Amino acid sequence: MGRYVLRRLLQMIPVFIGTTFLIFVMVHALGDPVNALFGDRAPDPAVAAQIRAQYNLNDPLWLQYVKYMGKLFQWDFGTTFSGQTVTSQLAAAYPVTLKLTAVAFTIEVVFGIGLGLLSGLRRGRIADNSVLILTLVVISIPTFVTGYVLQYLVGVKWGILPATVGFDVTFQSLLLPGIVLASVSLAYVARLTRTTVAENTKADYVRTAVAKGLPRHRVVINHLLRNSLIPVVTFLGTDLGALMGGALVTERIFNIHGVGYTLYQGIVRQSTNTVVGFVTILVIIFLLANLLVDLLYAVLDPRIRYA
Amino acid sequence: MSSSSTSAQPREATADTVESPLLEVRDLHVEFRTRDGVAKAVNGVNYSVRAGETLAILGESGSGKSVTAQAVMGILDSPPGFVTGGQIVFKGRDLLTLGKEDRRKVRGSQMAMIFQDALSSLNPVHSVGSQLGEMYRVHKGSSRQDAKAKAIELMDRVRIPAAKARVGDYPHQFSGGMRQRIMIAMALALEPDLIIADEPTTALDVTVQAQVMDLLAELQGEYHMGLILITHDLGVVADVADKIAVMYAGRIVETAPVHELYAKPAHPYTRGLLDSIPRLDQKGQELYAIKGLPPNLLRIPPGCAFNPRCPRAQEICRTTVPPLFEVTDEAGTPRPGRASACHFWKETLDD
Ligand SMILES: Nc1ncnc2c1ncn2[C@@H]1O[C@H](COP(=O)(O)OP(=O)(O)O)[C@@H](O)[C@H]1O
Ligand code: SF4
Ligand SMILES: [Mg+2]
Repeated sequence: MGRYVLRRLLQMIPVFIGTTFLIFVMVHALGDPVNALFGDRAPDPAVAAQIRAQYNLNDPLWLQYVKYMGKLFQWDFGTTFSGQTVTSQLAAAYPVTLKLTAVAFTIEVVFGIGLGLLSGLRRGRIADNSVLILTLVVISIPTFVTGYVLQYLVGVKWGILPATVGFDVTFQSLLLPGIVLASVSLAYVARLTRTTVAENTKADYVRTAVAKGLPRHRVVINHLLRNSLIPVVTFLGTDLGALMGGALVTERIFNIHGVGYTLYQGIVRQSTNTVVGFVTILVIIFLLANLLVDLLYAVLDPRIRYA
Repeated sequence: MSSSSTSAQPREATADTVESPLLEVRDLHVEFRTRDGVAKAVNGVNYSVRAGETLAILGESGSGKSVTAQAVMGILDSPPGFVTGGQIVFKGRDLLTLGKEDRRKVRGSQMAMIFQDALSSLNPVHSVGSQLGEMYRVHKGSSRQDAKAKAIELMDRVRIPAAKARVGDYPHQFSGGMRQRIMIAMALALEPDLIIADEPTTALDVTVQAQVMDLLAELQGEYHMGLILITHDLGVVADVADKIAVMYAGRIVETAPVHELYAKPAHPYTRGLLDSIPRLDQKGQELYAIKGLPPNLLRIPPGCAFNPRCPRAQEICRTTVPPLFEVTDEAGTPRPGRASACHFWKETLDD
């Protein structure tokens, strides 16, 4: 197991280098950051030259990348053109987004699995059909539409939950964005759970559990659901990345000053350091989440052994 | 045996009187309502088992052996399966009239089942210790620790080597024979009065089949349980069974004490089954096989269900369902425990 983890961590290095370099190239392809900095005005050549020198912009791209990575390993993400350190931006934005993702993930897990189980146990009946139709609707409507509609209805018209978040991030204010962010994933989780539960109800070991005289709730939770969760957990793990990505859209709708917001600002201002720094952390989180899921997979299914 | 002495006898006398066998299945009907139609899987099965007795149920695959057992256990896949008639009298109570919760309490504690494929019948994600211990935790409310100790004890009973070290292992870490021992241990856990073993050795290597069968027979004798042994292999049952019921198309077509059935079958189907066993003294000869296929349960033939395959079939076989005739010897005295659902049982017997 230890060796497996080590190998996986080593495998992450080329993936990490590849993705960060790609981001680096893409941000540079956006155009000259110094021009963008001055907006419509023509830049003062002296100032422009100074900035270029300070940010290594005269070097070839690969050298810029190497210099950047060198600093990164000393936890120096550089500064924006306005002088703010990217580290402070990260410290401000990431906790907010992680909170939002955590809220959404909890909603996704609890309601996705709950609805899927209900649906799978009552296949072909009203509860099942309702879940199927509902999830289909959720999946087929783009998130930002669901987002704006729910924001208007729940937040503005009925006033049940705060419509926007702003600077004061409370659990209550994250509830509505969390629901919006979770909705599509939740629908997928519900459908996947439904399928595996329905499949496993016919499994021999479930029949054995019934023959043992176990009460129904024990058969369902301890035997049926426990086995059905294995593929669901895999999905949840890969979906964590999708949730972080979705958070960027949701943050715009609900005016949340998280990763999405900062990243968007960074792109508009062509602040290479901000964009690359934020994406780098995203990549790390994504890779670690994947590793965690694979390990969890082995815990859930003893037939899988990593060596 | 005299009615005095030995300690096993008083128990025998109460649970096993002539009037009340341990389990009596009466005129059981089960059907599966599927998209293609209604499959009549069990069509009036009657059988009984006493404490300490082994009843073997024999028949080709698809004849309704498992479905009957599932109906007795109350684990029928429903829908599509429904019990549409009959009684299942167990220790004096008709199980079919019991409520769900009462029925559940009977399962596992008073009657238990051993399935054919132990690998798929054990839960892959729980250790065998926890699956065995679950019996005590649920039915007896034992603590986790006690349940584990009991699980080890059980594994010792079924002679799994190094039980203490292996109690935390998972089903896939055991060999086929050991897994089947674990299934047997699970069935034995609460010392039930009746065990139903559905082809317990079919999935095993020939070399371990006999070991597992011997273990089962030995434990059954020790605990004085009733045993229903389902099999399609006549060779397996000769040594362990007391009596045999032969099933065809959801009916019992012949019942007999085991040696009488081997010596003098009274039904052409049984005869066919016996003739298809490979025999040492006829090595090299071509094996006999009953011609044709088991009937489609959606369209069971009228009259005797076996008539399209029967070498003896006459006109009456295609029109009249043969009842279960009492089988008598030449003098006309009934042979105890013998019956045959064949219009020509007498002729078959005389062959
Ligand atoms: N779950 C099910 N759904 C539909 N039909 C079934 C089901 N289980 C059994 N049957 C029907 O019952 C018949 C008898 O099955 P079974 O009792 O398993 O035979 P066997 O004697 O081999 O154990 C099968 O041929 C099939 O038509
Ligand atoms: S009743 Fe007729 S068809 Fe059926 S087994 Fe007897 S002889 Fe054959
Ligand atoms: Mg069967």
